[in-house]
Amino acid sequence: MINSQIMSHPVLLQGNEAMVEGALAAGCRFFAGYPITPATEISEAMSIKLPALGGTFIQMEDEIASMGAIIGASLAGVKSMTATSGPGFSLMQENLGFAVIAEVPCVIVNVMRGGPSTGLPTHVSQGDVQQARWGTHGDHPIIVLSVSDTWECFALTVKAFNLSEEFRTPVIILSDEVVAHTREKIILPNPEELEIVDRLKPTMPPEWYIPYEDTPRGVPPMGIFGDGYRYHVTGLIHDVRGFPTERPDEIVPFMERLFRKINQHFAEIQMVEEYLTADAEVLVAAYGAVARSAKRAVDDARSRGVKAGLFKLITLWPFPRRVLEPHLRQVRAVLVPELNKGQIAREVKRINQGATRVETLSRIDGRLITPDEILARLLKL
Amino acid sequence: MEKFGYAQSQKFDTYASRLMPRQEYFTMGHRACQGCGEALAVRWVTKAIGKDAIIAHATGCMEIVSSGMPQTAWMHPWIHVAFENTAAVASGIETGLKILERKGKLAGPMPKVVAMGGDGGTSDIGLQALSGAMERGHNFTYVCWDNEAYMNTGIQRSSSTPYGAMTTTSPPGKKSIGQSTWKKNMVHIAVAHGIPYVATASPSYIFDLYFKVRKALETPGPAYIHVLSVCPTGWRSATDMSVRLGRLAVETGIFPLYEVVDGRYRLTVEVPKMRPVRDYLKLQGRFRHLRDPEINLIQRHTEANYKLLLEKCQAPFPEFPPMFPPEEPELVAGA
Repeated sequence: MINSQIMSHPVLLQGNEAMVEGALAAGCRFFAGYPITPATEISEAMSIKLPALGGTFIQMEDEIASMGAIIGASLAGVKSMTATSGPGFSLMQENLGFAVIAEVPCVIVNVMRGGPSTGLPTHVSQGDVQQARWGTHGDHPIIVLSVSDTWECFALTVKAFNLSEEFRTPVIILSDEVVAHTREKIILPNPEELEIVDRLKPTMPPEWYIPYEDTPRGVPPMGIFGDGYRYHVTGLIHDVRGFPTERPDEIVPFMERLFRKINQHFAEIQMVEEYLTADAEVLVAAYGAVARSAKRAVDDARSRGVKAGLFKLITLWPFPRRVLEPHLRQVRAVLVPELNKGQIAREVKRINQGATRVETLSRIDGRLITPDEILARLLKL
Repeated sequence: MEKFGYAQSQKFDTYASRLMPRQEYFTMGHRACQGCGEALAVRWVTKAIGKDAIIAHATGCMEIVSSGMPQTAWMHPWIHVAFENTAAVASGIETGLKILERKGKLAGPMPKVVAMGGDGGTSDIGLQALSGAMERGHNFTYVCWDNEAYMNTGIQRSSSTPYGAMTTTSPPGKKSIGQSTWKKNMVHIAVAHGIPYVATASPSYIFDLYFKVRKALETPGPAYIHVLSVCPTGWRSATDMSVRLGRLAVETGIFPLYEVVDGRYRLTVEVPKMRPVRDYLKLQGRFRHLRDPEINLIQRHTEANYKLLLEKCQAPFPEFPPMFPPEEPELVAGA
């Protein structure tokens, strides 16, 4: 459906626009959003591009409604997405929990800005990392990806749709103001080069369909509304048929399966990028826009004789501990630069268990951490 | 009151600034765009509010341009709240003041409580809080600055955007005419709550605006005022046409000025001879893509709504023809 000639050409895009390209390439045909700086460009581009592809853009009355609309659209069988920033993300939390428990695939983009509340609408922050994990109430698994450049905005949006379709779960993409508004040249691949995953649909006769059946993969096939596979969708804890239950022998298997479907595919979900980590003595663990500053700082440190390496997190939650743990046992110290008071550093420290020294580098003034700041700390480690 | 608001497009002979308070409560130094109708409206609404008032303001254009230190333009005690809850915060302020008064801890007169928000913060995200506050009957005045889109984030449509208008999330093109729905009638929603005072106002009719705000403040219980704020940036209109556009909105029947006191409608600005909506639309770049069929559709819709309003007001019908263009065929898809 997408014009392949346009797709194979190099394009100059900002992060937000690349996300739109990624979503459309992944098959997203429904977008519900609400204007909010710095995520508005996603809505604007979607409102222009979706109608031509036979999709629908709706501007909702608030973010609660946006999230509700994409849940509805996804249950109707369309890949759907919304985009917002901090205050809107807070409003989406209740419905995000609904999408987790009802196992509705959808993608939520949060372009992080300074917070809390209205905060710094036009400045960068990474303050929503723990909120993305624990924002909605109740114990729940969630997949959160982080983007650090324009190409990742494209590629990881495609990946986010694939993960959400594969595991029937909402996937959150954490972008930030710097990534969202940086314009870069990227070469968009042809549609046939992309791996696109669609949700598993039931193939059995409708009367045999058990909508929340415990399968070995943990992900039951998803009947869409109107195709004959009737089932009950609820935000209450439900049994395998989707009806509310309060029986402990049904609650426990349901919750266990919810966690298991993510946990047993951990290797598939965890994504990191390692740069010069093989012989590193000091490690920088970074994500988002800060990872680009960190990469430069690592290069500069190497040229000054400090064996530094960059461990860039792409999947933030579930936290890629299995790939980080070996490094923690090898390096002299780990520096975690981030635009908050240490939300990922807290996680690194938890996994570290005293194996090495973990230091944080926080910047909370709405500006990006510069390579020099990271370098100065690296040279002291 | 009528003679002050009498529709005369370019004549300001009834405007007598010496009759109005000189005290400024919305001062210079704010960062509103050139020709901002909203800033003009805020200035005159705050003059009408006078001293002894507390203002809760939702996120929006006026909050952004007027509250940055050290250039804050507000002389009143002023709180910027989140986007969706200005009416809820105003409810809290009003209730808190009542408690202080009951306990005898309030020195001086009871301050007036005013909530303000843009059209998005009122008719979209803030509707729930506003509805709740009006239903509970708090003694406050809500003023909606209606510039017909989310101008602050870069001109996105709201439910208050009129049919056919171009915004960045309702782009006109082969598959779209621009905004595809009609403007949400917030005034009727407010009236439906059975509150004592509801009015529409425009900064192009300053006396009308001034007295409506005074009336709203003096009314015990909730009051709602819907102010049309011309936005040259978002409407793509000339910056020197703001006041004129406000007048044209009234004279074409697109934004009639009226008040509803205890459910009784009254037209405050009577227009003896209606102008065609084309006069209003052609001055704005956001309607530039509209062709005759769409303009006629807007004309018919405006006319029908205006007639309904006049019936409610029991006012005589003004002269419609020959200002209206002749009927043209219905809009055909893809035309």
